[in-house]
Amino acid sequence: MTLFAEYGQILVILACVFGLFMAWGVGANDVANAMGTSVGSRALTVKQAILVAMVFEFAGAYLAGGEVTQTIRKGIIDAGVMAESPDLLVFGMMSALLAAGTWLLLASVMGWPVSTTHSIVGAIVGFASVGISVDAVNWGKVGSIVASWVVSPLLAGTLSYLLFRSVQRLILTQENPFYRAKKIIPFYMFAVGFLIAMVTLLKGLKHVFKDIGVQLNFGECAFIALLVGLLVMALGTVLLSRVQVDEAAEKVNRFANVERVFAILMVFTACAMAFAHGSNDVANAVGPLAAVVNVVKSGAVEAKSTMPHWILLLGGVGIVLGLATYGFKVMGTVGRKITELTPSRGFAAELGAAATVVLASGTGLPISTTHTLVGAVLGVGLARGIAALNLRIIGTIFMSWLVTLPAGAGLAILFFYFFKGLFG
Amino acid sequence: MVFNNPLSSLFGKSPISPLQSHMTVVVSCTELLCDFMDAAIANDWQQASDIYERMSELEHEADAMKRKLRLHLPKSLFMPMDRTDLLNMLSQQDRIANRSKDIAGLMLGRTMGIPRGLEAQMTEFVATSVETCRQAHKAINELDELLEVGFVGKEVAFVENLIGELDALEDRTDQQEQDIRHNLFAKEKELPPIDVMFLYQVIEIIGEVADLSQSVGGKLQLLLAR
Repeated sequence: MTLFAEYGQILVILACVFGLFMAWGVGANDVANAMGTSVGSRALTVKQAILVAMVFEFAGAYLAGGEVTQTIRKGIIDAGVMAESPDLLVFGMMSALLAAGTWLLLASVMGWPVSTTHSIVGAIVGFASVGISVDAVNWGKVGSIVASWVVSPLLAGTLSYLLFRSVQRLILTQENPFYRAKKIIPFYMFAVGFLIAMVTLLKGLKHVFKDIGVQLNFGECAFIALLVGLLVMALGTVLLSRVQVDEAAEKVNRFANVERVFAILMVFTACAMAFAHGSNDVANAVGPLAAVVNVVKSGAVEAKSTMPHWILLLGGVGIVLGLATYGFKVMGTVGRKITELTPSRGFAAELGAAATVVLASGTGLPISTTHTLVGAVLGVGLARGIAALNLRIIGTIFMSWLVTLPAGAGLAILFFYFFKGLFG
Repeated sequence: MVFNNPLSSLFGKSPISPLQSHMTVVVSCTELLCDFMDAAIANDWQQASDIYERMSELEHEADAMKRKLRLHLPKSLFMPMDRTDLLNMLSQQDRIANRSKDIAGLMLGRTMGIPRGLEAQMTEFVATSVETCRQAHKAINELDELLEVGFVGKEVAFVENLIGELDALEDRTDQQEQDIRHNLFAKEKELPPIDVMFLYQVIEIIGEVADLSQSVGGKLQLLLAR
């Protein structure tokens, strides 16, 4: 296509810029929600949270972000219908990126809560269904994505409920909770390491393995994950043994020292949360970018195609940049408001949410990390673990759905016609 | 930039700490009854008046705390305990301070002395009533620990124990009230009748303070059950 011969370079560069812009937005706004529980419960300082986030968001994005990126790239659009007009796909994806990024910026300035995932999915569905044709959208896939938006908070809530119940039974109501905590928490640490490693190996690392020609079956994955879990457990046990009883704190609150032990566990769940968030949300930025790059390079819309690594790398870098330049401020604000969440609760909420998000990433479903976390916290609240939760938040979340999806779609349609006019 | 973040607005203000503080103020008001009774028996009405002023201040403070707590408990707040039970318990707590102040006010207003033979019994009766109130305070103070463990396990058994002791103390005050009324009945022909009527009333209100304290314990049990 002469369009790509003429403008191919520019289009790719533009798409990269928009993708980086979007990734920056994710790092600046969204990460604060993922790490907010750790900062609020005082398990991590803002500085430590930023460091953890930088490392693990990047790791999650690169190692486990592949599946969701594939979905955003080509799962939502019906490749067959688009085959005749690859240029429209390029314009569409670029406008989706620009639309979502703009909406994110606007919402940040106005102080509205916005989900990066909903923005980009709404934008893609918008330009495809309106700008091209209703058949261009793979409505079955969209249906399962929307279903996952409802299921993920419920699943996270259930997991967190069960986790907190187990903490109650095994540690908090026992004779000497401090020593019980030191004995039992290593097993939770094992669970964190095992879960993350397992899902990543099974689903996430597909693209890395394909390149180096490695094929792992389920048993081998489980074995490696077991080793990772044991490693995490060992490291955790070392850190735990360094926590001594603080007599002064004991007098103020009988459980102060138990919470300090849980704070160590929260460091691990914070890493897991950052990893999970990176794996799911990087796709919001680089999924469309990957689509553009692919179409421009090959000149056609292909159903099957591998994804270049540098795209995930770019996404990871963008997120880290956003974190470093603006994310720390937002994290501080969020953390200051979540002081009612003690580590024993925060861990249950974070692990439940992280498990759900990693699972979603493994199955290629883009979900909202923030809403999943809200579901997880409500789960802990149902187990009578939190003093006061504002249920009005559920209404706010529904409202944000009703606003974000059309807004993203509308902006995308606008930009789509703009690009069509500019390059078409 | 204002950030209306879902996670920040998810957490509401915990009612437990204000509830415990309210009970602390109520107890400090009720405790002054012992000193007041001593001053009344010694016929030192200046001292009694000062103590009454202090009690009045504390009771106002408790009222203000109660109102503030009520304002922060919207229906949309999801708590590990029932909102209605919590508000009822708060009302009961507040009534303890009100009734304590009523006793002092009534006695001060009539410069009511205690009949010769009944002084020791009255002092003991007031002391036991105040002790009942202190026991209720002990139970209420366990609320934050109850929240920490999530309202299950040994902590619940411990609080149930405290409430059991509270019931025993209230039984004692009931017995003491009976004895005093019996002794007063024996003497009432020799004393001015209207003074006697009001003395009966004061005895009743002192018993009511203990009853209210026990009822606070009962409401706490309801809170735990959910």
